[in-house]
Amino acid sequence: MADLTSSFVGIKSPNPFWLASAPPTDKEYNVTRAFQAGWGGVVWKTLGSDGPPIVNVGGPRYGAIWGADRRLLGLNNIELITDRPLQVNLDEIKRVKRAWRDRALVISLMVPCDEESWKDILRRIEDTEADGVELNFGCPHGMAERGMGSAVGQVPEYIEMVTAWVKKHSRMPCIVKLTPNIADIRKPAEAARRGGADAVSLINTINSITAVDLDAFSPEPMIDGKGTHGGYCGPAVKPIALNMVAEIARNADTRGLPISGIGGVTTWRDAAEFMALGAGNVQVCTAVMTYGFKIVHEMISGLSQYLDDKGMALSDLIGRAVPNVTDWQYLNLNYVTKAHIDQAACIKCGRCYAACEDTSHQAIAMSPDRVFTVKDEDCVACNLCVNVCPVEGCITMVPMAKGATDPRTGRKVADYANWTTHPNNPMARAAE
Amino acid sequence: MPNSPLTPGIVPARLPAAAYAANFSDSEPALDAHEARVAADRCYFCHDAPCMTACPTGIDIPLFIRQISTGTPEAAALTIWSQNILGGICARVCPTETLCEEVCVREVAEGKPVEIGRLQRFATDVAMAKNRHPFSRSPATGNKVAVVGAGPAGLACAHRLAMKGHAVTVFDKRSKPGGLNEYGIASYKATGGFAAREVDWLLQIGGITVTCGVKLGRDVQLSDLIRDFDAVFLGLGLQGVNALRAEGEDRPGVANAVDFIAELRQAADLSKLPVGRDVVVIGGGMTAVDAAVQSKLLGAETVTIVYRRGQDQMAASRHEQDHAVQAGVRILHNAAPLRVTAEAVDFAYTEAGPQGLKLLDQGFALKADQVFKAIGQTLADVPAGVTVEAGKITATPAKVWAGGDCAAGGEDLTVTAVAQGRDAAEAIHVALTAL
Repeated sequence: MADLTSSFVGIKSPNPFWLASAPPTDKEYNVTRAFQAGWGGVVWKTLGSDGPPIVNVGGPRYGAIWGADRRLLGLNNIELITDRPLQVNLDEIKRVKRAWRDRALVISLMVPCDEESWKDILRRIEDTEADGVELNFGCPHGMAERGMGSAVGQVPEYIEMVTAWVKKHSRMPCIVKLTPNIADIRKPAEAARRGGADAVSLINTINSITAVDLDAFSPEPMIDGKGTHGGYCGPAVKPIALNMVAEIARNADTRGLPISGIGGVTTWRDAAEFMALGAGNVQVCTAVMTYGFKIVHEMISGLSQYLDDKGMALSDLIGRAVPNVTDWQYLNLNYVTKAHIDQAACIKCGRCYAACEDTSHQAIAMSPDRVFTVKDEDCVACNLCVNVCPVEGCITMVPMAKGATDPRTGRKVADYANWTTHPNNPMARAAE
Repeated sequence: MPNSPLTPGIVPARLPAAAYAANFSDSEPALDAHEARVAADRCYFCHDAPCMTACPTGIDIPLFIRQISTGTPEAAALTIWSQNILGGICARVCPTETLCEEVCVREVAEGKPVEIGRLQRFATDVAMAKNRHPFSRSPATGNKVAVVGAGPAGLACAHRLAMKGHAVTVFDKRSKPGGLNEYGIASYKATGGFAAREVDWLLQIGGITVTCGVKLGRDVQLSDLIRDFDAVFLGLGLQGVNALRAEGEDRPGVANAVDFIAELRQAADLSKLPVGRDVVVIGGGMTAVDAAVQSKLLGAETVTIVYRRGQDQMAASRHEQDHAVQAGVRILHNAAPLRVTAEAVDFAYTEAGPQGLKLLDQGFALKADQVFKAIGQTLADVPAGVTVEAGKITATPAKVWAGGDCAAGGEDLTVTAVAQGRDAAEAIHVALTAL
């Protein structure tokens, strides 16, 4: 078994799997169950300023989309920050941390955008012995209307300012949680770094309407005939999150800034992918809200087996794929592949044919007895057939050897060359 | 093919040579990786899953299926083996239709359970192919434990004890270890010498010596074992066979189904194994089905299972019965044998009443040149000092534990034997290390 012990901005945990600040981390009861199940850490559900507790809707808080067999792919929510009294949360956090010394316990915070409010809340949580704070600049619904959450996260100057206040009034490690509801994720990350953040975590949820009730003509979830946009999460958002994590990991101004990866992590593989793109650990929410805390067993066994099979330590994985994330213009335009259909694996459904014939390059032939073959002279290697094939591994992209002639273009496969030097590029620099 | 299904008497080679390999191939072929992925996808990862509760060894079924669907069948196998070290054979022989799959929420909701047994086989096959035993031994404790019987209970017990650092010696009266896995189940359920391969793989843990050809009570006494070892585990199985109590039971052509199955399992060339033209199997359990189906596969013209009670009382599961019927076996209910003659077995119809089963005046005769008795096995050759109640071991002397079919508690299933052997090992370990 590989050693999964994790240290993230100095916060130790037995594994890199934390629960994100969300309903599963709102109470001592839930968090204790999570730790019993084996989770390495939690970010406690966001605390607000002391005072009358937050009020949530009394109708449905969640909406969802499903894949085949009603597999939950995306969830959205309109729940606000914790609606329990501050002192109750503080007492519970302290008890949990004392009972679970080896686990990470970070407190998520969201208070109004003034220094006094932040100073006050930081003083209030000091006594809990929590390991760090996470600044919730991400929630896109409800609290944003009150000038908090993503309303802060969408303005880099505010992020920098608040982060600086937090670093000024607290010695705890500070993680800034970013909203994806923004054009360029690098800007808020840069602002967090300028403010002195120890790390960023991302992504928070994405503005969304999951469905419309076509009888009531209201967005889902529907509260007395009306709906509002909520925060979208779950497996469906993972590609968006991976890209944003990678952008921060490879950006010159944020390179090296620790990242806690969030967004649709459901299996060990998802976690490994986030970490390969630069995340030091991952935070999980929707997967446990769908399947329960026990999935961490699979995440632990899977990541451990993967690292053992690769002969890698956990630290070797973090950021391992970052050097291979590049801009389009640097991709090798002389790299040529052709689709290949494994006839033994093919179940003859014809989906590859429909996709290629109707919507792509007419590069798949179909015989009267339903044998599907690739026409190399027409195949541009777009990968669509691979993606629509229901049998994993049936269609593969086979690279052509250097020097071989591509039957489509008649050109020999040559050495690496990209768009920056391509003759069709009016901006091309002459090869030196 | 000197003979045909129509040749009278008990003769070999009723079928063309090529037919045997086809007839005795895997009755339920292994899932390939794609099929496994699709099958695994159907699991809902239920909370406190009913399948897990229904498994006598308590395998975390939702977890291992999730490990398959996330591309780590090796981790899935480890989940299986940590509860059930004979998870490979159990995946093949467990009556899953009456255990985990019966209570699968998708069986209840849709009449089509997640294929738990086949998924378990997929995971364990993939991991066994790596030929790397996944468990290692704790430091040697210096304790010696004797295990009597190298069947599922004994092997599970031996493995768990070895893992905990004890030195184990396993005794078995037969020439090969494996017990019922090796001698007692239909050949098409464990093809390719799987039972023997699994034993070899299990023994890779180290610290286990297997001594075959040693029978308790004949070659070694329980008192010797108690003297020479720190603990003794009895996994004796059920070595006796119930009598028909019908006239002519001792005629040639009448045999115990378990002996027929054992002979078939060990036969190097099935075309040399004789079988009757008209075979009658008496009984209603798994052994009856295994003997009947294999008789048919060897080329018998007619094979009939006759069970004295109604279909709902048959110990063989509905799945097993269907398998027999599909193989061409006829199953008759509510009839008991009166006498075996040279050409036939005479039966009387039965009727269940408050005083038990009543034989009716009416009956029938079934043409038969071979008759198999499969009306249950019994505990035999119980050593002195061991208490037996209702045909099962209920108490043992100090330093002695018992488990598997010979012991009380649970059904007579491979998976139950594994659970009892494993649990006995845990109890032995506690007893040996408590001082």
